[in-house]
Amino acid sequence: MKRIIPREEYCIGCRLCEIHCIVQHSCSKDIIKAFKKERRQVKRIEVEEEGHVSFALQCRHCDEAPCVTACLSGAMRRDAETGAVTSDPERCVGCWTCILVCPFGAVRRDEAERKVVGKCDFCPDLEVPACVANCPNEALVLVEE
Amino acid sequence: MKSYIIPEFLVERDDHHCIRCEVCVRQCAFDVHRYDEEEDEVFAHEDKCVGCLRCVTLCPTNALVVRDNPTRVPANANWTREVLHNIYKQAETGGVLLTGMGCDKEYRNYWDRITLDASQVTNPSIDPLREPMELRTYLGSKPDAVEIGGGRGRHELETRLAPQLRLETPIMFSALSYGAISYNTCECLARAAAEVGTCYNTGEGGLHRDLYRYGGHTICQVASGRFGVHADYLEAAAALEIKIGQGAKPGIGGHLPGEKVSEEISRTRMIPKGTDALSPAPHHDIYSIEDLAQLIYALKEATGWQKPVSVKIAAVHNSAAIASGMVRAGADIIALDGIRGGTGAAPTMIRDNVGIPIELALAAVDARLREEGIRNRASVVVAGGIRSSADVVKAVALGADAVYIGTAALVALGCHVCQKCYTGKCNWGIATQDPYLTKRLNPEVGTRRLVNLLTAWSHEIMEILGGMGINAIESLRGNRLRLRGVGLTREELDMLGIKHAGA
Repeated sequence: MKRIIPREEYCIGCRLCEIHCIVQHSCSKDIIKAFKKERRQVKRIEVEEEGHVSFALQCRHCDEAPCVTACLSGAMRRDAETGAVTSDPERCVGCWTCILVCPFGAVRRDEAERKVVGKCDFCPDLEVPACVANCPNEALVLVEE
Repeated sequence: MKSYIIPEFLVERDDHHCIRCEVCVRQCAFDVHRYDEEEDEVFAHEDKCVGCLRCVTLCPTNALVVRDNPTRVPANANWTREVLHNIYKQAETGGVLLTGMGCDKEYRNYWDRITLDASQVTNPSIDPLREPMELRTYLGSKPDAVEIGGGRGRHELETRLAPQLRLETPIMFSALSYGAISYNTCECLARAAAEVGTCYNTGEGGLHRDLYRYGGHTICQVASGRFGVHADYLEAAAALEIKIGQGAKPGIGGHLPGEKVSEEISRTRMIPKGTDALSPAPHHDIYSIEDLAQLIYALKEATGWQKPVSVKIAAVHNSAAIASGMVRAGADIIALDGIRGGTGAAPTMIRDNVGIPIELALAAVDARLREEGIRNRASVVVAGGIRSSADVVKAVALGADAVYIGTAALVALGCHVCQKCYTGKCNWGIATQDPYLTKRLNPEVGTRRLVNLLTAWSHEIMEILGGMGINAIESLRGNRLRLRGVGLTREELDMLGIKHAGA
């Protein structure tokens, strides 16, 4: 399956991955509207940073995903075909158990919707996820495992 | 003390576009941008802006414009803003004015006053996409004549050839030392040179042990500080270069401040960590051509006569006579660096006022070596202000065997020629040792960009050669009849050894 690999040695901490993630998951997919007009989307990727060490982290789409096991409503599922772990907003009841069990802190609360959804979905509409495509230093790479 | 210097640049932010993403804030090592949470606005400290355009390039909404500060000082052809600022700076610091990159003054650029010939009707041009086109170049001493022996259909070269440096395109990367530039930049240059089949130059900073694997594409420099020079270093190289001078600062040594001498640089340069790396202005063992010959032969002896030895000088008034001496001293390659040649740090007054344009130095050196019948004994490589493939072709026609590109290579890596290399805060991750900034140059991306640049230039050179009806760069070398001057004086034309357009 596809995985997004962060390369710490080339991450420059610009956070353009976060910005383009928000844009890609907005209604308009327009960067200015997404930030200035619409309700701000939850970022599904976050740059972890300390000193000059930084890297962008999003859901690892674990082979044995604790969030899928823990989900009370069956909203968190693994797509059998792509292997991607995604949350179905229709089924999510907002109990946030997935947030508790995620070892990477990669699932975020979407407080406005009172649901989870805030996790990487591999940008299903795009060939290459927005964070990978827009990293100016190729610090995020998409690999097939 | 209150500074009288007004900001050189204005940073304009279009509020309709700015999404407060703070990329500019995070990317500026000069701390120009600042996000104010209370106002939900990004402000700029314009006095700190150096105009490197990192923020403009990375801004995802194109909200930023950095432009020259239009505030005018009283109009005066002599007392310009730059002159006033220089004086203010010195009045406030008492120090020598420092700068980076090459001379930015408007000395006539002769490349732009020379045009190239093309074939029409009587001598057919060649289509390089259909026919083979040769850019391969060998640098090194060529014999006066070759003797072929053998017989009965077998032919053997009996003349023993001097060691040659084989280049697939006549473009090499100039000397840029590890210390002046980051490790990642060195790696980009090394990998790109290896991929294209040309050479890069270590500069005077030694060769990092991880880059020994690119040794076959490395020219190792021996400069006045002798930093990082040891047997393995010489052995690793494809060719050696004795650096006498540099176009940006002829007659001046170098100074790498101690704060840049990290663990790795200390090991590579073989100096204690945190100490200043001072390159003396002269080599203290070279005070004459005879002394130079001693070092050339010492290097040849040390490497078993297997590698060509280059000698690099800054282009100065009597370059031709010096070059003649260098050839007679045993140099296999003469490298000339013109006044527009770059640097990581140089006194501004030296950079902008010492030396001569490379075009004139090249013409003078090539003519002198021909007159003396020793042109074949050394290859001539020119550096300092080569900006395009057309400049390369003109240089070759003027008599160069190959060129060095430094600034152009760094521009390919992102450099915007803001001339602040000496601050060590290069926002593009090139001229810095700050680990937060050096990460900005991913060697994979940088290598690709450099390979693309050399590939593009090589294609263009082939197109130009084809248009001239020539199928090998060797056929153009020193053929000044294919050049014409436009708007040059008689004296300049004579100096360049070319005719005026129309003649």
